[in-house]
Amino acid sequence: MSIPGGGARGRSMTFDIFVLLVQDAIGTGAIYVLMALGIVLIFNVTRVIFVSYGDLVAYSALTLGAFELNRMPGTVWLVLTLAAMAFVIEAASLIRRQQARQIPKAFVYWGIIPAIPVALTFLIGAENLSLPVSILLTIALVLPLGPLLYRIVFQPIATAPVLVLLMVAVALHFAIAGLALLYFGPEGFRTSAFVSGDVMIGSFGIPQQLILIVGAAAVFSAILFLFFQYSLAGKALRATAINREGARLVGIWTTRAGALAFLLAAGIAGVAGVLISPTTTIYYDTGLIVGLKGFVGSVVGGFVSYPLAAVGAIIIGLIESFGSFYSSALKEAIVFAAIIPIVLWRWLYVSAHDADEHEEE
Amino acid sequence: MTVSRALRPALIGVFAIAIAIIPLLAGGFTITLLNYIGIYTLITLGLVLLTGCGGITSFGQAAFVGIGAYATAYLSTAAGLSPWVGLAAGVVLTGFVALVLGYITLHLGGHYLPLTTIAWGVAIFLSFGNFQFLGAHGGIGDIPAISLFGFTFDDQAELYYIIWFFCGLALLGAANLLRSRQGRAIRALRGGKGMSESLGINVFWVRLCVFVMAAALAGIAGWLYAHMTRFVSPAPFDLKAGIEYLLMAVLGGAGTISGALVGAAAVALVKNWLQDLLPLLTSNSANLEIVVFGCLFILLLHKSRSGIVPLVRQYLPFKPDTAPPPEAATPVTLPTIKPMPQGSTLLKIEGLTKRFGGLVAVDNVNFEVKAGTITALIGPNGAGKSTSFNLITGALKLTSGKVTFAGHDLSGVKPHEVVSLGMARTFQHVKLRPTMTLLENVMLGCYQRSSTGFVAGALRLDRAEERAVYDVAMRELARVGLADKAHELAGNLALGQQRVLEVARALAAGPLLIMLDEPAAGLRSLEKQALAELLRNLRADGMSILLVEHDMDFVMSLADRVVVLEFGKKLAEGTPAEIQANPAVQEAYLGSVE
Amino acid sequence: MSIKKLMASVSAMAFVALAGPAQADVKIGVVLALTGPNASLGVPYRKGVELLPKEIGGEKVQLIFLDDASDPSTAVRNAQKLITDDKVDFLIGGSNTPASQAMANVTQREQVQQMSLAPAAHPADKNQWLVAVPQPANLWADALVKDMLKRKIKTVAFIGFSDPWGDICYNALKEVGEKNGLKIVTNERYARADTSVTGQVLKIIAAKPDAVLVGGSGTPGALPHIALAERGYKGPVYATPGIFNKDFLRVGGKSVENVIAVTGPIGAHDQLPAGNPIKKVSEEFIAKYEAINGKGSWNGFAAFSYDGMLVLEEAIKQALKKAKPGTPEFRKAVRDELRNVKELVGTNGVYHFPEGSAYGVDERSVILVQVKNGDWKLVAN
Repeated sequence: MSIPGGGARGRSMTFDIFVLLVQDAIGTGAIYVLMALGIVLIFNVTRVIFVSYGDLVAYSALTLGAFELNRMPGTVWLVLTLAAMAFVIEAASLIRRQQARQIPKAFVYWGIIPAIPVALTFLIGAENLSLPVSILLTIALVLPLGPLLYRIVFQPIATAPVLVLLMVAVALHFAIAGLALLYFGPEGFRTSAFVSGDVMIGSFGIPQQLILIVGAAAVFSAILFLFFQYSLAGKALRATAINREGARLVGIWTTRAGALAFLLAAGIAGVAGVLISPTTTIYYDTGLIVGLKGFVGSVVGGFVSYPLAAVGAIIIGLIESFGSFYSSALKEAIVFAAIIPIVLWRWLYVSAHDADEHEEE
Repeated sequence: MTVSRALRPALIGVFAIAIAIIPLLAGGFTITLLNYIGIYTLITLGLVLLTGCGGITSFGQAAFVGIGAYATAYLSTAAGLSPWVGLAAGVVLTGFVALVLGYITLHLGGHYLPLTTIAWGVAIFLSFGNFQFLGAHGGIGDIPAISLFGFTFDDQAELYYIIWFFCGLALLGAANLLRSRQGRAIRALRGGKGMSESLGINVFWVRLCVFVMAAALAGIAGWLYAHMTRFVSPAPFDLKAGIEYLLMAVLGGAGTISGALVGAAAVALVKNWLQDLLPLLTSNSANLEIVVFGCLFILLLHKSRSGIVPLVRQYLPFKPDTAPPPEAATPVTLPTIKPMPQGSTLLKIEGLTKRFGGLVAVDNVNFEVKAGTITALIGPNGAGKSTSFNLITGALKLTSGKVTFAGHDLSGVKPHEVVSLGMARTFQHVKLRPTMTLLENVMLGCYQRSSTGFVAGALRLDRAEERAVYDVAMRELARVGLADKAHELAGNLALGQQRVLEVARALAAGPLLIMLDEPAAGLRSLEKQALAELLRNLRADGMSILLVEHDMDFVMSLADRVVVLEFGKKLAEGTPAEIQANPAVQEAYLGSVE
Repeated sequence: MSIKKLMASVSAMAFVALAGPAQADVKIGVVLALTGPNASLGVPYRKGVELLPKEIGGEKVQLIFLDDASDPSTAVRNAQKLITDDKVDFLIGGSNTPASQAMANVTQREQVQQMSLAPAAHPADKNQWLVAVPQPANLWADALVKDMLKRKIKTVAFIGFSDPWGDICYNALKEVGEKNGLKIVTNERYARADTSVTGQVLKIIAAKPDAVLVGGSGTPGALPHIALAERGYKGPVYATPGIFNKDFLRVGGKSVENVIAVTGPIGAHDQLPAGNPIKKVSEEFIAKYEAINGKGSWNGFAAFSYDGMLVLEEAIKQALKKAKPGTPEFRKAVRDELRNVKELVGTNGVYHFPEGSAYGVDERSVILVQVKNGDWKLVAN
């Protein structure tokens, strides 16, 4: 079946290689899909292009890695610090609005609830945890990061123009990634697979872990699509991004909407990180470049459509896979340069009529 | 205290002297830091024009800096040419690359355009390390110093003067540009394509020019960079750098010229300060630098969303300059269009049809507008009035039909060319620039009657034309009764006054026909009366008006002729009295006619 | 409000603190990549540098660390700052080759001795102020190629970082390999942050090479090994210096079993014969390092720094007899004494930096090791 390698070059494509490259593309593409979902979700509700989403996924993977090495993950300190800050800010805001009586309730929401996973982690300790326990603890630790970051960083400027929100998100990324370096060090982590072995299709083996990842990506895409498209709560969430004043006027609790969106996204990030870490070495700065490629996927999906974002992410994965075969040194350049024709195509043939005449003041 | 025109050169002089003296007072690393700040300012200035004023968010400026740096690095080492040749080559190359990239991508809008800037920004950066003749990943070293008439600028203190010379020129030029005709056009871009084109601005071309200018500025910065560090490698031109320049612009105040300098200085100084301070507090200082920097940035943007400069300006006692621009030695007058004789056919609509897929929004509509009259287009909701409007002005493409205006067939005429034929319009949802003054908004109306280009504007060669534009604008403001508020910000006006301001802007274009889209919508009755009075005065002056309206009282007391649409078809046409008596019209409105 | 006050008081404290240190201290500037892609080298290098004694010859020694964030132009700026503002007597840096070479322009001009922790060199007439601690690439490439020839290998595939280190590894392999009749069949590259190298590895396997050389460092260097194992590549796989830490073994796991690497003698110090002086120095280093950083934490990078510090300590001790710190005479004295150091035994070799050369080691600085049962074992020379 294989064509003899073209001499010293060895650049010839065979069917086997083709299949393997496609499999690789789907694997990487699925990671990008999980990134794209979180970014689209947050943007659809809060207009924030949450560049740091990739960092949350990285934190999840790194936390799991720390548990595997019997180390206490630095994430606990981050959650505690953020919880303290969020409570202080919320209390100050309540006092300013002369609603000081709400402070105890705020303390429970912003102080106690995020601290629960931290307390659990300290109680159980980081030594010799079984895999299910460490996975659950990891996701539980990453979950509060979402709403806490929203409350501290984005809620105070929720009505700012998109560019300002984006710059703040970028600054936040620098801070979060910097802390990740501090907590986890510069070296990478790769956890042991929780399902090993391959599923055989004909003569090709597809790793079971890969199926898990792709499956998760597909399931999340579907859930998000259905939720936002068809449920009342989903539509309410979308309304807050389209017109914040209008949404408030019809009784949608816009600040809760933002926190909820970030919570959902953090949840997806937590699961994504845990799934990815056996197949990929994650570093403290993996979040940006992987998140960026997911962002590209979401733009291809017009920033509003989950299924299309998934398609976009897979396309990026394909370009990357085949690009690394044909010219590995230029692979990244090819991936990024390819974005331009894809975007042009989308603009010309798909969305020219929904031109975003979005005026910033 | 007013910053009068006379004071401005004095301020610039003081600034220049301060810049010149600093190297003699400060020592060592401060000068190096100031050199970096000067270079960053050039790049950030490009972003202020491109992103802050023009609304095009670009993450790719670092790539252009890299092109400029590598161009001179290669030419002055491998090819052994003078650094000045490297400068020319760098500017030409960045300009050319920007032209190509801009041509391909600047049609995009929304979130696609910034994404493409990331795309080519990263692709170009990654390419630097892949060419052997550019030193691959190791880069090019031993770049010679700049020399002029035998004097070599080897030292940081010597380079300082060159860097700040370029920087000062760029800042001055940009400030001049923004105050000139094309500068107003750049600032209009954020008002949206519809508004800009109705003023005669070729949006794509203006964007392309700003894009190329920003790239050229970055290219010059790259040249300075290469001859300062005497070494180039791909690392400083990555996406992170591109993001940082954008951070500088937003931090300083993205829409302001001084914001470029302030933002660049703020970022460089804070980073340096953190580098000195943090090691005293902790041994993990390297990691914490970026964390603290990120937190400080967030804090500052929370405090002031528009950046540092607007925040500081609030506290300064300076009032804006309200003096008229100086009289020119040889005054010019703006061209005017020859009016059509009273009563002749000015606008002829034949068979106007528009289909959106299966829906026929406008179906074979015919009518005429005679010169010197007010014609009203009315009809129930969904009748196709605004669509017809947009078809006539070219904002929407016809499915079929013909529009003839002042003897010209409008098929094939681009939307931004329509106003030069004499057709100006206002919008249903007011489209003004709220951060510009009333005067500046109206001056925008003169865009297609004037001709100062980018270079002339930057070099301040436009004094005569600016005065002429100023005079026209003030006259129109007086005509609509807003002359006393000429220097207020347009965003501070009430809705009624904003609509009237739009009329003034349309008048400034010297049109034969003004098209008003629901001008009375949302106005109180006193405001409506004032508007009607204004329109009657305009008619008395010989202006022709076509308006779309819902308010029957308003229309019937004002119009000479009325055209009624229903479901996209013309239902009736005639004088207000005829229309009011028409039974089909009454039925269509179900009694909303008084 | 309160944050501003806090910042004001902190900067006030900084002012006071900065005014502090006495003039007579020996000041040493250190520029390393403590953040960014190169941090996995910079951070361990730093820990090795910190083993420098706090007092030499009766004078206090002050180390000033600056981060270049893996960007050579930041490195240049930092070097300028350290020399002009902090008036350092000596500069250690950078942690990667372009940073070192870029800084060499500054140190050459300002006449301050620079010790690079990454391989770096200039043409001979510009080497007065630059030395590099590690082995030059051709030296270890030689050892690798000799081993390949012994195993009758004819074709070698290369995969390495798309960065300067990858360039250095490839160029060394090509130069030494082709001189000895080997054919280098691929020049695949990947980015440190890449999540997959499937495409590259498929291409390598299609080329059917006799052996593969992986030119990476740190944990990202493990990725090709993992991919090659996944694809079932059976031939010998070589690795370059730079993958020498426990994290590489941890991340690589079973995939790096039988990988042959070239490293300094400390790599298999416990298997060196008892009379070998390097063995003793290595054990001292490990003891000192792990006392601060924990058991099992030592790594090849810190070992290089430690060697550099041994040389530096000797040079400073001698220079202090000739001049006072903080003077141009002292800077020159340190430079001269550094060149005078002869046969100084380190962990990675025996050091002597002759005039006109940036490097200071010979064949004694290179050994071959192989991963067996998750640990490095000396390959008999």
